[in-house]
Amino acid sequence: MVQIKAGTKLFSAVCDTQIMVLRVPADDLDVTCGGLPMQTEEAAEKSSMSGDAGEGSLVGKRYVDEAETMEFLCTRGGEGNISVNGVALEIKQAKRLPSSD
Amino acid sequence: MNIHLILQMAADSMPDREAVICGSQRLTYQDLGDAVNSLADKLEDTKKLAYLAETGTAAPVAMFAAALRGIPYVPINYRLAEDQITSLLKRVSPALLISDDAPEVEGITKIAPAQVFERTTSWDGFAPDEEGSIAIELFTSGTTGDPKSAILRHDNLMAYILGTIEFMSAEESQSTLVSVPPYHIAGISAILSSVYAGRRMVQLPNFSPEAWLKLAKQENVSQAFLVPTMLQRIIEYTASNNETLDLPAMQAIAYGGGKMPHSVIEQAMTLMPHVNFTNAYGLTETSSTICLLDPDDHRDAFQSEDPAVRARLSSVGRPLPSVEMEIRDDDNAPCGAGDAGYVFVRGEQVSGEYHGSGSLLDENGWFPTRDRGYLDDAGYLFLDGRADDVIVRGGENISPGEIEDVLIEMSDIKDVAAVAVADDEWGEAVGVVIVPADMTTPPEIEAIKSHVKNQLRSSRVPTKVTFMEELPYNETGKLLRRVLRDVFST
Repeated sequence: MVQIKAGTKLFSAVCDTQIMVLRVPADDLDVTCGGLPMQTEEAAEKSSMSGDAGEGSLVGKRYVDEAETMEFLCTRGGEGNISVNGVALEIKQAKRLPSSD
Repeated sequence: MNIHLILQMAADSMPDREAVICGSQRLTYQDLGDAVNSLADKLEDTKKLAYLAETGTAAPVAMFAAALRGIPYVPINYRLAEDQITSLLKRVSPALLISDDAPEVEGITKIAPAQVFERTTSWDGFAPDEEGSIAIELFTSGTTGDPKSAILRHDNLMAYILGTIEFMSAEESQSTLVSVPPYHIAGISAILSSVYAGRRMVQLPNFSPEAWLKLAKQENVSQAFLVPTMLQRIIEYTASNNETLDLPAMQAIAYGGGKMPHSVIEQAMTLMPHVNFTNAYGLTETSSTICLLDPDDHRDAFQSEDPAVRARLSSVGRPLPSVEMEIRDDDNAPCGAGDAGYVFVRGEQVSGEYHGSGSLLDENGWFPTRDRGYLDDAGYLFLDGRADDVIVRGGENISPGEIEDVLIEMSDIKDVAAVAVADDEWGEAVGVVIVPADMTTPPEIEAIKSHVKNQLRSSRVPTKVTFMEELPYNETGKLLRRVLRDVFST
């Protein structure tokens, strides 16, 4: 488990997924992708997925837990699902604003 | 979070999509990323990257290359007089300057915009992610004094982008026509927003209504941002050439940067009923937009019989979901709906910080915009001029806007500005500068005075009236009130 804070980049150990922490609670979090812990550096070789991949991660989407106590930005998509403490994160539905510039 | 992430995600996810077009130059996101890596390699030991040129493809390259190396990007107004440019460059030195034509200043090394694209070696490092580091320094327009150097941190700009734009939300066919200058906050946010949305930027270096219309048609442009005077000139140009505003591909036009005359937006909506209009209000110090009057608000106001709803066409809309806003009176107490005071904002995108004078944020993070205004009972913000422009007559605060709004209704007045003039009895009194519809038959001064007296009250009646052929605006449509104050004081 690694200490993460806003701005920390995390890399999947099983696929191309990369996320950036936007906000997290002070608790220790077990952030996984495809069933394996995410790492602060990109692994030279990827491991195999542990368990069901789910829908994978989508670049540009923001991922939150149900109570929205934490938020991550997916900066590169991949096949693995992102979970925290064993629970899969959800895509945040943001209000779409008209382009103003 | 470093703003370079925006480009990195775009180049990763849509490398072959067109990113930016200027004249005959066309760059994909991959090309843009490659040019950025190449320029970044030339920035070893560079403290700042300055840009003194018109809008071009080198501008986004420079902005992202500076971010990649973790140094501030400082775009400068190339339209200023040479001595002003020299004085700004001295403040920026030492720096690398992208420019074709700049005065010699110690510590400033120059390269031409075209050299930005000379491929040599490529920098393969990662963008640094130091908390609180500076992304951009922008000189404010200095309409009230010497230009101040506003600081925008990576965190401010990323908060704005993540709070307002969905990544890759633009269709591949969409494009936006960028005619605002590169040293203006709207020019900065245009680059960040367009790249994050994946919307092609079509750059127009020198605005004219003719060139804008031609480029919009030629590139099937779907979006545009305009300052009010630009929209006004486009409408006047088509009318005087007996043309119709025929832009079938245009889907949305956003405007901001100055007050939009009611008549201009109404004409624009009538001439282009298929276009979605958005009014964006923001400041340099707030990383661009903080308030939006969206397309539905425009249509509702335009069609409404209710005067309160109809009036919203003159408002700047409601604060972004990610921004808080408060109106406060002279004693710093919150104002109720309908009561005018000073506009305060708070949010992660708000920097409110300058070199030299530090942060203007109070202990709770609120930034005084120094704009005056009020919120209506539905939360729409109506602006009422700058705090510095208020006319203080015998202790009573008079907003120039209320007098201007009344006078512009007179059919023989084309444009008008009210400013403070010195007055022996009251300290300050109202002076008005009138642009008559027909210079040969200007309105009677007595008619002007009695119109103000009937519509408002006697304290608002101008003591001095003068006529001009046009009012002095800067290139982004800001009225230069200090020039008008000088007219009365000499």
